[in-house]
Amino acid sequence: MRTTAAYAPPMPGVVHVSHLTKVFRVPEREGGMAAALRSLFRRQWREVHAVEDISFDIEAGEIVGFLGPNGAGKTTTLKMLSGLLHPTSGDGRVLGHVPSKREREYLRRMTLVMGNRNQLQWDLPALDSFELNRAIYRLPREDFRRTRDELIGLLDIGDLVRKPVRQLSLGERMKVEVVGSLLHLPQVLFLDEPTIGLDVTMQRRLRAFVAEYNTRYGATVLLTSHYMADVEALCERVIVIHHGRILFDGRLDALTDRFSTTKTIEAVLESGERVSLQVPKAEISTATATLLSERDVVDLTIEDPPIEDVIEQVFATEATA
Amino acid sequence: MSATAVRRESSVRSMVDFYATTIRTQIQTQFQYRVALYMYTVGMVTEPVVYLVVWSTIARAHGGTVDGLTPGAFAAYYIVWTLVRMMNIVFTPFGWEWRIREGELSGQLLRPLHPIHYDLASFAGQKIPWLFLYLPIVVALSLIFHPTLDPNALQAVVFVVAIWGAYVIRSLNNFSLGMVTFWTTRVGAIFQVWFLAELLLSGRLLPLQLMPHWTQTLSAWLPFKYTFYFPIEALVGGMSTSSLLVGLGMQLLWTAVGTAVALGMWRLAVRHYSAVGN
Repeated sequence: MRTTAAYAPPMPGVVHVSHLTKVFRVPEREGGMAAALRSLFRRQWREVHAVEDISFDIEAGEIVGFLGPNGAGKTTTLKMLSGLLHPTSGDGRVLGHVPSKREREYLRRMTLVMGNRNQLQWDLPALDSFELNRAIYRLPREDFRRTRDELIGLLDIGDLVRKPVRQLSLGERMKVEVVGSLLHLPQVLFLDEPTIGLDVTMQRRLRAFVAEYNTRYGATVLLTSHYMADVEALCERVIVIHHGRILFDGRLDALTDRFSTTKTIEAVLESGERVSLQVPKAEISTATATLLSERDVVDLTIEDPPIEDVIEQVFATEATA
Repeated sequence: MSATAVRRESSVRSMVDFYATTIRTQIQTQFQYRVALYMYTVGMVTEPVVYLVVWSTIARAHGGTVDGLTPGAFAAYYIVWTLVRMMNIVFTPFGWEWRIREGELSGQLLRPLHPIHYDLASFAGQKIPWLFLYLPIVVALSLIFHPTLDPNALQAVVFVVAIWGAYVIRSLNNFSLGMVTFWTTRVGAIFQVWFLAELLLSGRLLPLQLMPHWTQTLSAWLPFKYTFYFPIEALVGGMSTSSLLVGLGMQLLWTAVGTAVALGMWRLAVRHYSAVGN
């Protein structure tokens, strides 16, 4: 059963998803020579229900976190909404367009940024790739220059865009990648793990940038991330998906309040021993004080449980509902 | 400023701008690897020089000609061949597997532009630095092999048009061929059959007048001839005005056929990809 917390949409709808389903048909066989020979004559197929009957709406200007473990169906959903995949059934509409038709007018109004993909010219400075994007998106030079300089300023990457892309670090490349994806000022941003592999400073920078872009241009953002910090910094609302089904759609604070009842205390003792305690939120200060007074602690951190743990709580509730 | 207020350039002007920008970008990319570029160009000359040495030797052994072709005519054929070959290098159909695997295809699908334009523009841009490197090579080859070459103005003009026609036809054909990748992952064998046919029926291996009659008849009905033999012969073969115009007409026809097939194949391939891809 799906859990829905009260949520008041701010403006008219931009993303509309109704009973969207994607089923992949994948070949499979046992290991070994005999199975390889058998598959030559009779191939076996298995249906994988990557996304199953999901429905949600996202309103203009919202930043929504799309959460779930690996293989939950997040990227498949983003690919359907950006027109890379045809849904098996159901209806998806973005800005009034059917994404799978890949109409040019639609492609000019959205962007999909995937954290592990590079769309820049590898051997050239990013400025040259930006220029190519200007031509691809038919942007008037004056508008393009203004937007480009503004975005470069926002991310403070003035010195990076003049270096060949191949000489940039992962984090630097991601920043110029994001700027390149936004030069046409898309109204809808699908961000698939944009901070993956980045250090904490880079993550923070990108988050601030996404928030600023959203404020400045009123863009709608659907964001997947395994970093809870991304979600907490950017999203008022989250959608939790697992095994292709939506388990929760509502305010982030409702999700954490409802399902994350504990925090984790990690301590390193003077003896070198590591201690990890799962403590109810209400007892954190007492537990910390006890630990510090009774043991010789040299390092101590208090963290929310990983996103997977929160989601597991959602599953547990789901199972007993 | 609101995101909805983004202005767009007009269609034709922006397409010209896209081609010019992509060509500029590709020239800059080529300049990043000057030594590799030069070695690549020199390497490309090896194939015609081997053909040229073999056929010149055969001609001399046969009293000076083979089917009326003198060593000077062979030299002209294969020196011009190097330029035509350079011009009709296009995105290989083998590359589609890489595009799909590396996710580059997804990037292209997100662009509001048919990917054939990017392939056409980027490979056209790569040829410009190659042409500059070709000039000293052609001078060296001419000093060594003494080509017999005396084209008139019309033949020279038709040649310039025909090498671009050859480039467009070969781009479209290889694009369509690459679409096979969307249905089957092991496409190497299919591509090899195609390239073998091209080698024999295009004039790449040897001038078509040296091939059996049935091969010449067959080649007239296929596009390969118009990507190698026709442009070369337009400059070196002393073709009549009517033959030149017929050749250009055939290039136009194969461009139209290639465009229709490439667009149709792309539409089917993308539908298939987006239905089963992950």
